[in-house]
Amino acid sequence: MTELPAQTNRKLGLVIDLDTCVGCHACVVSCKGWNTENYGAPLSDQSAYGANPSGTFLNRVHSYEIAPETGGVAQLIHFPKSCLHCEDAPCVTVCPTGASYKRLEDGIVLVNESDCIGCGLCAWACPYGAREMDTAEGVMKKCTLCVDRIYNENLPEEDRVPACVRTCPAGARHFGDFADPDSNVSQLSAERGGFDLMPEQCTKPVNKYLPPRPKDTMDEVDILAPLLAPVAQEPKGFMSWLDKTLENL
Amino acid sequence: MHPAPSVIIFTSLSGIGFGLLFFLGLGLPAPTAWAAFVFFVIAYLLAVGGLLASTFHLGHPERFLKAFSQWRSSWLSREAWLSIAALITMAIYGAGLVFYGVAIAPLGWIGALLSIATIYATSMIYAQLKTVPRWNTPLTSLLFVVVALAGGALLSANINAAMMFLLATGVIQVAYWIGGDQALRKSGTTLGTATGLGKDGEVRAFEPPHTGTNYLLREFVHVVGRKHAAKLRIISLILMIGTPILALSLTFNHVTASIAVITHVAGVFVSRWLFFAQAEHVVGLYYGKR
Ligand code: SF4
Ligand code: SF4
Ligand code: SF4
Repeated sequence: MTELPAQTNRKLGLVIDLDTCVGCHACVVSCKGWNTENYGAPLSDQSAYGANPSGTFLNRVHSYEIAPETGGVAQLIHFPKSCLHCEDAPCVTVCPTGASYKRLEDGIVLVNESDCIGCGLCAWACPYGAREMDTAEGVMKKCTLCVDRIYNENLPEEDRVPACVRTCPAGARHFGDFADPDSNVSQLSAERGGFDLMPEQCTKPVNKYLPPRPKDTMDEVDILAPLLAPVAQEPKGFMSWLDKTLENL
Repeated sequence: MHPAPSVIIFTSLSGIGFGLLFFLGLGLPAPTAWAAFVFFVIAYLLAVGGLLASTFHLGHPERFLKAFSQWRSSWLSREAWLSIAALITMAIYGAGLVFYGVAIAPLGWIGALLSIATIYATSMIYAQLKTVPRWNTPLTSLLFVVVALAGGALLSANINAAMMFLLATGVIQVAYWIGGDQALRKSGTTLGTATGLGKDGEVRAFEPPHTGTNYLLREFVHVVGRKHAAKLRIISLILMIGTPILALSLTFNHVTASIAVITHVAGVFVSRWLFFAQAEHVVGLYYGKR
């Protein structure tokens, strides 16, 4: 049923630290690798080596620039984005077939691919662009929170976390249960002021983002600076003539 | 949003088809025998043809039966049920007229109601989406229903009703456009709220995740062609409303009626194209687009 559970027993999700993410895209690659070889239809590519390559990804890293209004130092933020496993997931309720569902036991939002008719409506309903229709398979793909890793007893204990979390060399992705206030993710989010994306869309995302710390500014300590007063601002002599001539052309 | 031809054809034609079924259900007119047969064939070609066109954009059309299962939460599922219920009810009512020359009035009324409900369910598939602020308004449903009634009235030769619904379409269409142009701004969603970084300053998309395109950009970010929007709006108003009203107010015969119907349908196509092409999905913000 694509009705949402009133509440889930656990709330598994990710904390993504925008302060430490270095934008290496390792999580993008490991996510694609794991999810192509395991649960569900593979993530296809179209014309991967051609002029216009395109493909299905469950996790993508954007980069944004913040220019502070107060005129401080501009910052470049790398911004990984995958499904936020929303509590009020609009992608689930719009699904006509029941293929999309939110699990009662852990809150993971999944697609049952053999029920999906590929209408695309769930991707329309997701504000975050977390769902992509696979061109080759004609079914909807999305982050599974690596459901086939986190409970997988065939894997060594340390590998029972999502592929993206396991891979991240900067430790910018953390996995845990948000329903438990003492979990690593709840603590981290509380400490660092974890926030929701697009709270005005009322989706109640489970995943939280940690804000980047502001950059510090360097004090002017250059003792030679006064000796290097800027040279002529306005061109003089020949340069001035050239400047005017060019201007008049 | 990407203006997929299959969806534009579906929403336009099936809307008009169910609009026609609405008037037939009310017994306006209540033809019998061959005349009834022709009316019902036209209505079913439009309604069913539109529904079939909509299956072209499915990844797995062969599984369409599953779409009937989630009527409790999904408008798409409700639309599937309502359309089948309307088509079956009206088929029985139509059979009465064609073969026995009797109009089973209550059945017709139920069919008319179901036809309108179908159009409403179609409109709610779009109007429910908070992610597309331009669509997320009751005006979307009002527009879909009134356009369908105008088309149905035209096809069923209810001239006075047609005039009334055409004028109403014009008013609602213009209100929808005016409101729509403010919708994204009023929704409060910006790149700042999308990234949560807006409180620290002005956020600018620096680099997209990939150099190439992807499903999200193809499906949700359609900016080409929007520059002609103003002209297309005027063209659509002239075709959808102006010409039919003019043609009908001159004289009523087969020629003017055909002109009215053909230009109206063409105008509805243009309006529907704009409905999709101009709709901004908030995911575009992540790509620095809208
Ligand atoms: S992020 Fe999108 S796909 Fe994931 S649960 Fe929320 S609305 Fe659904
Ligand atoms: S694309 Fe599949 S999962 Fe998404 S709404 Fe349609 S049937 Fe449901
Ligand atoms: S949890 Fe798994 S599926 Fe989701 S983004 Fe990470 S690697 Fe991809």
